[in-house]
Parts: sequence; C-alpha cells; structure tokens
Amino acid sequence: MTTVAKSAALDELAIPPPAPRTPSGIDVPLLATPDMVREPDPGLPAQFPFTRGIFPDGFRGRLWTIRQYSGFGTAEDSNARYRFLLDQGQTGLSVALDLPTQCGYDPNDPMARAEVGKVGVSISNLSEMEILFDGIDLSKISTSFTINGTAAIIYAMYCACADKKGVPRAKLTGTIQNDILKEYVARGTWIFPVRPSMRLIADTILFSNDATPRFNPISIAGAHVRDAGSTAVEEMAYTLANGLAYVDELLRRGGDATKFAKRLSFFFYVHMDFFEEVAKFRAGRRVWAKLLRARYGIVDDKALHFRFGVVCGGSSLSAAQPYNNIVRVGIETMAAVLGGAQSIFTCAYDEAFQIPTEFSAEIALRTQQIVAYESGISKTVDPLGGGFYVEHLTDRMEEEILKVMDDIDAYGGVVKAIEDGWLQMRLAERATERRRKIDSLDTIIVGQNAFRRENQTDDFGEVFKLDPKGAARVLEKFEAIRARRDNAAVQKSLDDLAAAAANDGENLMPYLIDCCHAYATVGEIVTCLKAGWGEFQEPVRL
Amino acid sequence: MSNLKGKRILIAKPGLDGHDIGAKIIALALRDAGAEVIYTGLRKTPGFIARVAVDEDVDAVGLSLLSGSHKELVAETMQELRKLDAGDIPVFVGGTIPAVDRAELMDAGVMAIFTAEMRLDDVVAEVARALTPVQAA
Repeated sequence: MTTVAKSAALDELAIPPPAPRTPSGIDVPLLATPDMVREPDPGLPAQFPFTRGIFPDGFRGRLWTIRQYSGFGTAEDSNARYRFLLDQGQTGLSVALDLPTQCGYDPNDPMARAEVGKVGVSISNLSEMEILFDGIDLSKISTSFTINGTAAIIYAMYCACADKKGVPRAKLTGTIQNDILKEYVARGTWIFPVRPSMRLIADTILFSNDATPRFNPISIAGAHVRDAGSTAVEEMAYTLANGLAYVDELLRRGGDATKFAKRLSFFFYVHMDFFEEVAKFRAGRRVWAKLLRARYGIVDDKALHFRFGVVCGGSSLSAAQPYNNIVRVGIETMAAVLGGAQSIFTCAYDEAFQIPTEFSAEIALRTQQIVAYESGISKTVDPLGGGFYVEHLTDRMEEEILKVMDDIDAYGGVVKAIEDGWLQMRLAERATERRRKIDSLDTIIVGQNAFRRENQTDDFGEVFKLDPKGAARVLEKFEAIRARRDNAAVQKSLDDLAAAAANDGENLMPYLIDCCHAYATVGEIVTCLKAGWGEFQEPVRL
Repeated sequence: MSNLKGKRILIAKPGLDGHDIGAKIIALALRDAGAEVIYTGLRKTPGFIARVAVDEDVDAVGLSLLSGSHKELVAETMQELRKLDAGDIPVFVGGTIPAVDRAELMDAGVMAIFTAEMRLDDVVAEVARALTPVQAA
C-alpha cells in the first residue's frame, strides 16, 4: 500500500545512540543523586503545590476518564460509533466536529462544500445534535467537545439539547475546549478578532459556573502547539500563559477568581520522552498553583487544582510501519497515568493518516484498559515521586517553563504576541528545527528514519471509508430544517443576539441558547456576530 | 543543497484546514534553498490561490492539505489555474494524502506529493529538479 520513497543518503548514516538530553534540551544526568533535587521532600498529594497530584487517593477512588475522540460524517454515523464505544466500556464521549462547524460555516456555504463531515461530524443546528445524542443519557455521560471558534454556540446547543430531552442543565458534565488563543497560534479555527473572542469565552465560563456547575467551560490546550512543533517546555509555558490571560479577562468581566478557577481545565499531548512527559505534568501542576496563589491571592485548594486531560499519539506517530504506533501509544499512556491525568485519549495506530476504523479504535481503547486494569501502575499515588531523576527533572522543567513565560511577558504578553504573529513565527521555527533533527537522525523514529526494512511497505490494514453520500444527506437535512422551522422566531433570536453583542455588559449565553432553540444555524449565528465584531486578520509572517 | 535561486513559489492553504505548520516548514525550507516564497495564510479558496499565482508570476504552487479534502480542492485549484491560462504552472501537494488517492492526483497532473515522512532536503531537491529545464545533451 503506502510506499515511502527510501532515501539513499539515509543508509550511509550510522544510527547514533540517543543524545543525553530531553527533547526540550534539558541535560539528562548519567546518574541522578539526592543533591540534584531542590526539595528533598516532594510533599503529599492534594497538598499545595500539588506536585504529587490533586487527589489524596490518586486513581483508587476513581480511574481517569477513558475518552476517545471520535466523530465523522452525519450525526447518525457518529451516534452509532458512540454507542459502540460506550458498549465497549468507554466512560466519556469526545465529539469531533467537522471543519465547517468549527469555522462557523453552514454545510451549504461554498467555503464548506468540500469538507462537510470529513474530519468530524457536521452539526449545523439543534436538530443534528438531537440525533447525535439519541439514546445517550446526557445526565450520566460526560461529553467533551473539541470546539473553539464556535464553542459558545455548541455549548448553547448542548444546553438546548438537554432542555429538549428534559435533562436539568445542572446535571450536565463534560467539557468544551473553548480556547481560542491557541487557535490563533496552531490550530487555525479562529473566527472573530482576539478581543471579542476573549469576551465570548469569559461569557461561557461565567454562565456555566452557575447554570452547569459540573461542566468544564474551557480546556486550555497546549496539545496543538505541541503537535505543531513546540517542545514540552513550551507547550506547558504557552498554555499557562494563555490560562493567565483568561483569568485576567474573567476578572475584567467581574468574575470571582476562587469560583471560576475551580472550573478551568487543561489539555496536553503526551509524546515519547517518557520521563520528560511525567515531569512536565508534575511541574505544570506546581507552577499553576503557585502562580494563582501569588498573582491572585487564591487560597482555596480546589481553585488551585490543575486538572488536565491528555491525548497520546498525534505527531509522535508515523505512517511508516504503522503498527509500531500501538507500542508508542502504550508507552505514552503510562506517562500520562504517572503524570496524573484526569482523562486520556489514546490515538489509534492509523490516526496519523486516516479516521480510525472500528478495529483500530478498539485497540486504542484496549490500550488504556490494559494500563488501567493489568499494569498495576494506578494502584499507588504518584509512584515516581521522590525518585531523584523525576524530582530533578520536575525542578528543571519548572525553571524552563518559567523562563519561556518570562520571554512572553517581556514581549508584551500573550495577546500581543499572537496579534503580532510573534508566537506563530517562533513555533514555525521550532517546528522546522524538530523536522531537521529527524532528518539528521538526532531524533530517531523507528521504521521511519531508522531500522527500515528492505522494500518496506507501510501497509496498515483496513482503509476507513467515509460514506460518500453523507455530505448530500447533511445538505438535505439542512434544507429540510430551514423549511420546517419558524423563520420569524429565528430572525428575532438573531436580532436579540446582535443587540446583546453590541453591549459589552451583556452575557451572550442566554441569547445563544435562544437562537439554538429556534433552530438558528451555526452559520447564521456566526454571520450575525461577524457583522458586529468583524473577523480575525491573520498575521502572515515567515 | 539544492538551488532554487530566482524561483518564485506560492505555498497555499486551500479550504478550512488550520494545520499550517507543514506549509510553513516547507516554505522556510524552500526559502533557505534560495526561492522567493509567498505564503497565503489559512482558508483560501481555489480561485484566490490561482489568482495570486498568476499575479505573482510564480514558478510553482504548493498546496498543503490535512483535512481529507485534497481530491476536491486540488482539482478545483488546477481548474482555476487553467481558467486563467496558467494551467502550465506546476502544482505540488503536501499533507495527509492517503496512498489510495495518490495515483489519482498524479494522473490529474500534480507534479509531486510530499508526506510527513519525507526528509526536507529530499522535498527541496524534488521541487528543484522539477523546476529545472532538462539540459539538451
């Protein structure tokens, strides 16, 4: 099947042993000794600064949430996959949305035509979400949405969907990613300029704290920056810097720090350097708690908790010898558990190049279950705590994370760094460096740049086939709902939204929920807000 | 190192895909090899990309796609180029392009397909080879 052109030059290069540095460039000691550790006693879990975790009983009380990212084609297709995953013991849903839904285009928009239902499911209005969660109890299953530019709309739709199903909003659990800052840097589904986007995010968080108190209205994500090319240190530093920017915006809009900080959550990648990944999470937990206490005077432990989900795989996987990815994801899952993650998504071995098949998706799910139920590593809290190397590396990661955060502060803060394109440029340079390291064999990827077989073919088994008629069905349903709904009610809900958007003192969430109940579409709502706010102008710098 | 001095290359992101780091890495690598590189930024229509290619008088267009919409968007971009009498500008494609789709793209006249597993120097060399007129013996 896949045949990657073999480079002649590669064969002539000897494969060197791994360099004694982490991928972030931190020196690795030959032997770690007690004098290398700043604090000889790492403290206890659930005690400030939470290096060893936020729960006193680790995973004994409750395992992490097994949450596989999934969604494609029509709402009916995705609903069937969700029911399959729940039947197989998955404990939370994670909805992948298609690009038109993420970027705010209806399926009939010329910009959307080629992409309906491709990288996720198409959800253009409430009727589609009702199909998506058909037969799934929203009061029992927590649902995570990877949604950013249109996060407020999808969250409003989820509330409206609960209303329609008779589920009290207060019972909803789950997460919307809702982290626009990293979209400008790495993921690209921005819509509005930075400042109104920040307001929209603050509105969702403040509304959610009261209306859906068990829901995470934001998942501040380093994952995409990491997957695009940053180091583990930068991933954590950029994310914490973004987190502080959201805290500042929430305070500006009258939020109570102790209250909203309890519902801030985070999301990261786990790549292959095992100890650096473990240390990254231990250091991140510590830095976040210390910064919130020092900068905002928060003392309530729960508000200082750094809760995070992770994804294992991504760009650490390869299309070359694709079954090797199963092993990589297994190692990464162990790092996530030993780092104390609250939820884990394990990529399927074919996820680097296609939507996973049911077969590959099941192996990814089983990987987590093997780590959870067979490996024994979740039985004791922070088993690596107190180890000289892990504590040393945690200290070093903390120092390096703070240095990168200082660089951003020195530039003028994260919002300015993004509006100017400075952070984007920095990331592009780092990504090129990572690429060059792979090409020069400084970074080894087994089966890709080393240890290849003669005439290697990178066969990966079953090819995922998207139903070619899916997009047409989405369009049919779209036209049908527009014919069926009360168009006067839609227009009124949009007019009310436009008026509220023009008034900085209003929280937009109740208006967005009204729009969703009226079956206004994502594209209509976005067009309405764009009219007042304009669009983000991407700073293109090379 | 391959020499692309004097060559103008447009790197473009058609459609809604926001994964731009591959496009930027290739843009930087081509620039390092001497090319003058124009990068469109995200979310461009095939019509826009073709127009920029003509206006900027480029020697090649590189399209980066990781959204699974490569078949439609590559074909549309080549169609738009032909509409502007610029069908002779070579188009190369990079990103997540499944093996099963590669033959179809090559048959449609794509100059080369690059994936994440390839070495940067090899990508640059292949672009350089394609843009260098074959010397008569």
